[in-house]
Amino acid sequence: MTLFGYRVPMMASLLVWCVVWEIVGRLDLVFLLPPFSDVLAAAFDLVQTPSWQSATVTTLRAFVIGMALAIVVGVPLGILMGRVKIADDLLGMWVNIFSSAPLSAIVPVLMILFGFGEKTIVAAVFLFAIWIIVLDTRAGVRHISPSLIEMARSYGASRRALYFKIILWAALPEILAGVRLGLIRGVKGVVIGQLLVAIVGYGALFETFSRNFRMAEFWALTILLFAFALVVAELIEKAEAKVEFYAGARQ
Amino acid sequence: MRATAVRNGLSPVPAPMDSIVEVRGVSKTYGNVEALRGIDLDFPRGKLTSLLGPSGCGKTTLLKIIAGLIAADAGTVDIDGKRVSAPGPERAFVFQDFALMPWATVTRNVAFGLELRGANKTEREEIARHYIGEVGLAGFEDKYPHELSGGMRQRVGLARALSVDADVLLLDEPFSAVDEQNRRKFQEDLIRLRTNQNKTFIFVTHSIEEAVYISDRIVLLSPRPGRISQIIEPDIDRSGDPERIHRDKHYLDTVEEIWQGLKQYVE
Repeated sequence: MTLFGYRVPMMASLLVWCVVWEIVGRLDLVFLLPPFSDVLAAAFDLVQTPSWQSATVTTLRAFVIGMALAIVVGVPLGILMGRVKIADDLLGMWVNIFSSAPLSAIVPVLMILFGFGEKTIVAAVFLFAIWIIVLDTRAGVRHISPSLIEMARSYGASRRALYFKIILWAALPEILAGVRLGLIRGVKGVVIGQLLVAIVGYGALFETFSRNFRMAEFWALTILLFAFALVVAELIEKAEAKVEFYAGARQ
Repeated sequence: MRATAVRNGLSPVPAPMDSIVEVRGVSKTYGNVEALRGIDLDFPRGKLTSLLGPSGCGKTTLLKIIAGLIAADAGTVDIDGKRVSAPGPERAFVFQDFALMPWATVTRNVAFGLELRGANKTEREEIARHYIGEVGLAGFEDKYPHELSGGMRQRVGLARALSVDADVLLLDEPFSAVDEQNRRKFQEDLIRLRTNQNKTFIFVTHSIEEAVYISDRIVLLSPRPGRISQIIEPDIDRSGDPERIHRDKHYLDTVEEIWQGLKQYVE
């Protein structure tokens, strides 16, 4: 972006919106929107409170466990669907339904199954993240050049070697893209899960802040969450760029 | 015609003195397309035999059946007297689209056949380096496939096939995805390589010039259903400068003769 002949860095547009927020907040039009500086100050205070710190630990742990499960189950499931037609026929429909269904509606059912605790949150993260990982992995496996598989077979690859030395690697760019999208959905899952359960981690904090109209803290927490999701997605994108050098060169 | 031994007809060709690959009664049908019908064929040891024909004649199918990558509906393939139905260490395949692992270096790609056989890292990399040099890629050991040109990538594919020390090399249109200048150079190198390596080559191509240029024996296949229509043994001296062959009278006569035979299949 250039302005009056000067190059303006990308983050500048964000700055513009922060200024707009600050002005609107200072005009005191809606109590829902405190000035941005207040939100920043609240964020600064918030991260120092033990309640935020323990909520973060709880949330992160549920998120990490849920994501790990989603990857550990999702990638093999995607590979299976990409390789075995019967598995694809049997599961394809369900994976597609779940990947586009409004999953928030299922979270109350999870609460009945897993109770009002961490298990429900983990299940929500898993449920939100897994489907896109399965679909992307499947697409990646489907796009592997048949001659690469033939090559492995003709040089005597065992079934194990075929999967671990060829298929997993050849589908890696798509798998990583699936994991990145899954992570973003997983953040959604952890927040929605905690909001519905309402007594765990960030959900409890959000409840407290919005019930008591502590809007500055409410927005601070929201921004922190957004920032977390963006940073994680950015990290995965970095990893993707690293494997890009061969992904782009695939025939 | 004088200098070219020609056998006509669809009857089984009498086995030459020493054949390493024997194909008997091989048929293959895809859906309702008959790709191959009753192929009987022998491949003499230490020679380069080309399977030549228009697209749809089943030449790649036949090669992949010999490789054990495709199962024949009927018939048998014997290698050195042993019946085969799956890939084995006595055969190595060179792919039309190279089939290199894009995430692996040239060395690892070349050594991959040995890696699958469980050879230790130092040993297999030493062998790989030798064959990388042999195909003229010394200095490119640590490059990745996408850093190489098409011609160089296929040299990697060839080095991989050579490094497993198979008796029979199966090449599926190896130069079709390589640009013209590189192809000429590659063909010359292949002729040189053949004299050094005591191996049997089975080479699929749709290029008449290419087949005549490099082959000891050319099997002409006719399409729908794929059958052997002719076997030609071009009598061309390849001992001297490979450049010279393109102007050799026998070379030009044989190309013309094959073209006359294949013309009828071209729509």
